[in-house]
Amino acid sequence: MNKIFRGRKYFLEAIWEGLLKISGSITSIVVLLIVVFLFKEGMGLFNSKKIEDGYSIAINKTNTLTKLSSEEVKNVFDAEITSWKALGVKMENDEIVVLRLNDVESYANEEEMALLDQSFDNLPKVINRIIEDNPNMIAFVPETYLNKGFSGKKIDLGNISPKEFFGGKEWFPTAQPVPQFGVLPIILGTLWVSLGAILLALPFGLAVSIYMSELASTRIYKLMKPVIELLAGIPSVVYGFFGLIVIVPLIQKVFNLPVGETAMAGSIVLGIMALPTIITISEDALRTVPRAMKEASLALGANKWQTIIKVTIPYAISGITAAVVLGIGRAIGETMAVLMVTGNAAVIPHTLLEPVRTIPATIAAELGEAPSGGVHYQALFVLGCILFILTLIINLTVEYVSSKNKHKAH
Amino acid sequence: MIEYNKRKKVNQATMFTLLRIMSIIVVGILIAILGFIIFNGASAISWDFLTKMPEDGMTKGGILPAILGTLYLTIGSMIFAFPIGLLSGIYLNEYATNGWVVKLIRTMTNNLGSIPSVVFGLFGMSLFVNKLGFGDSIIAGSLTLGLLVLPIVIRTTEEALKQVDNGFRHGSLALGATKLQTVVKVVLPMAFPNIITGLILSIGRVSGETAPIMFTAVAYFLPSLPSSIFDQVMALPYHLYVISTSGTDIEASRTMAYGTAFVLVAIVLILNLLANAIRRYFSKKVKTN
Repeated sequence: MNKIFRGRKYFLEAIWEGLLKISGSITSIVVLLIVVFLFKEGMGLFNSKKIEDGYSIAINKTNTLTKLSSEEVKNVFDAEITSWKALGVKMENDEIVVLRLNDVESYANEEEMALLDQSFDNLPKVINRIIEDNPNMIAFVPETYLNKGFSGKKIDLGNISPKEFFGGKEWFPTAQPVPQFGVLPIILGTLWVSLGAILLALPFGLAVSIYMSELASTRIYKLMKPVIELLAGIPSVVYGFFGLIVIVPLIQKVFNLPVGETAMAGSIVLGIMALPTIITISEDALRTVPRAMKEASLALGANKWQTIIKVTIPYAISGITAAVVLGIGRAIGETMAVLMVTGNAAVIPHTLLEPVRTIPATIAAELGEAPSGGVHYQALFVLGCILFILTLIINLTVEYVSSKNKHKAH
Repeated sequence: MIEYNKRKKVNQATMFTLLRIMSIIVVGILIAILGFIIFNGASAISWDFLTKMPEDGMTKGGILPAILGTLYLTIGSMIFAFPIGLLSGIYLNEYATNGWVVKLIRTMTNNLGSIPSVVFGLFGMSLFVNKLGFGDSIIAGSLTLGLLVLPIVIRTTEEALKQVDNGFRHGSLALGATKLQTVVKVVLPMAFPNIITGLILSIGRVSGETAPIMFTAVAYFLPSLPSSIFDQVMALPYHLYVISTSGTDIEASRTMAYGTAFVLVAIVLILNLLANAIRRYFSKKVKTN
């Protein structure tokens, strides 16, 4: 072998190994990038003002109100709170009067109308006068109209706080004057749907995996295996379509509901979708049980069923746990099917027969309408972060459980 | 004792029957779903349906742009994910020693594989569409889908390589071949059928994904076909979602929806059959050798 050949060979080898290392590191880089981008886009939310950009809440200077939560603002402007007493303010005229920009004309007198007809530059003056004359008024107007010579008080709502975000019970991202970002109903909706799905999928998944690994003849096994693989391969949007056309009307009819798009529809569809994951992984786990163990049990006089219950399943329990946890992960992250069948109402569910909304469905349904970089957009990225952290926890749990399993095997 | 034995037997018989019934239910559900889509969708399928543009607010005409869009996105994602995934798989199985770096890479790959598809959509939108300025385009969608399928390709490659007996590697090295030569000329050809099978199945996965392309590539309706990789496309899964939930006239486009679902299921079915055929073909070939 001559030297040149050997040199070239070494050179090629070095390039090849470099290439492999780079490729190998790409997944890690991508995970890091995902973390960076999700959190970067999302964390801006907690530095954003609660109130719509450029707007302000203003009151008469005699008003003693100093603080308002975003939920209170929403209720005031939705006319759900109509008395100042409810906000802890003592007032001669207890009725809250709301002023929005469109309402200005109905409060302006003739002289002011004439001024406004001349030029809109007179608007700040008019607004100032109206607020001054109505001590029981609360106004939601652009900040710029309150700058020059405004005699009332402005209320600073402050920034969106993590406490209100994670503890809030209302999700109205496009509400005016203050969007409501309370993720509690969405998180609960996700958990309800996923838990329902797993409760449905677990008995069936376990039964099929036991049947396939312990009872089925080779011929039946060879028929079933591709069927399960196919079940895993069908796109989620097809499951959603099937759910929408078959399961949703069925639920509506059976339970006599106004709408069939409910948490239960989501759970059924997700349950079907989680089946292949649970079946495949727990079947693998059941197959790792050493034959000697089962035979020892049979030799002691236990029958096949007792062996399965007392020997096989306990031995494979960590694998089965991993299967269930992964199934939950699949259910929590599933987007399209859930989006199509759960009705997407962001309210805290009380029964499985109400419409709910999950984290992924919220992102998918709203991201298209949220202006890039805005508060709503950021809130959806925070939801993405929550989802990411949830799946990370699930994944680490699975890895922990299966590493325990390995120790046992040795 | 006889009493106990009898109860034991009855118990077992009841439970086994229950297991059988539950298995039949699960298989039945799958057949019901497939049958429902195929039975209702088959009547919508015609040559025109597959080769014409949508008409009348997507209640008539065909789904050609959606078929082509899905094809472009799938090919695009594979061009990206296949080479990188293959090389990563080779690295992890053939070259990496059991240090903490490899452990980290494995964990990261697993994590990437478990991230929900909608999060990939968020990431793709933030990085490819906004930061890199691709806009909603074939390339942004392909890259997003590529990242989604990358862990699957890596895992498939690794599994396939693991099944190659170490004796072959040692034999090749003993004959004076370098590691590169061993991998390329001995290990890869032997693992080839399994790798291909896995790759085909991952194509099926990519072609049905909706959430990752929703904000990175697809449009509700486009009057013309895309002309470059920076154009928006229509895609089958998104098309199905739109016309079954928010189309202009949901009832009128139902036939179209059934047809689209049929095409999606057909793609997955065909790819599965193909993968199985390849697996069987090669396993026979190995046996006869």
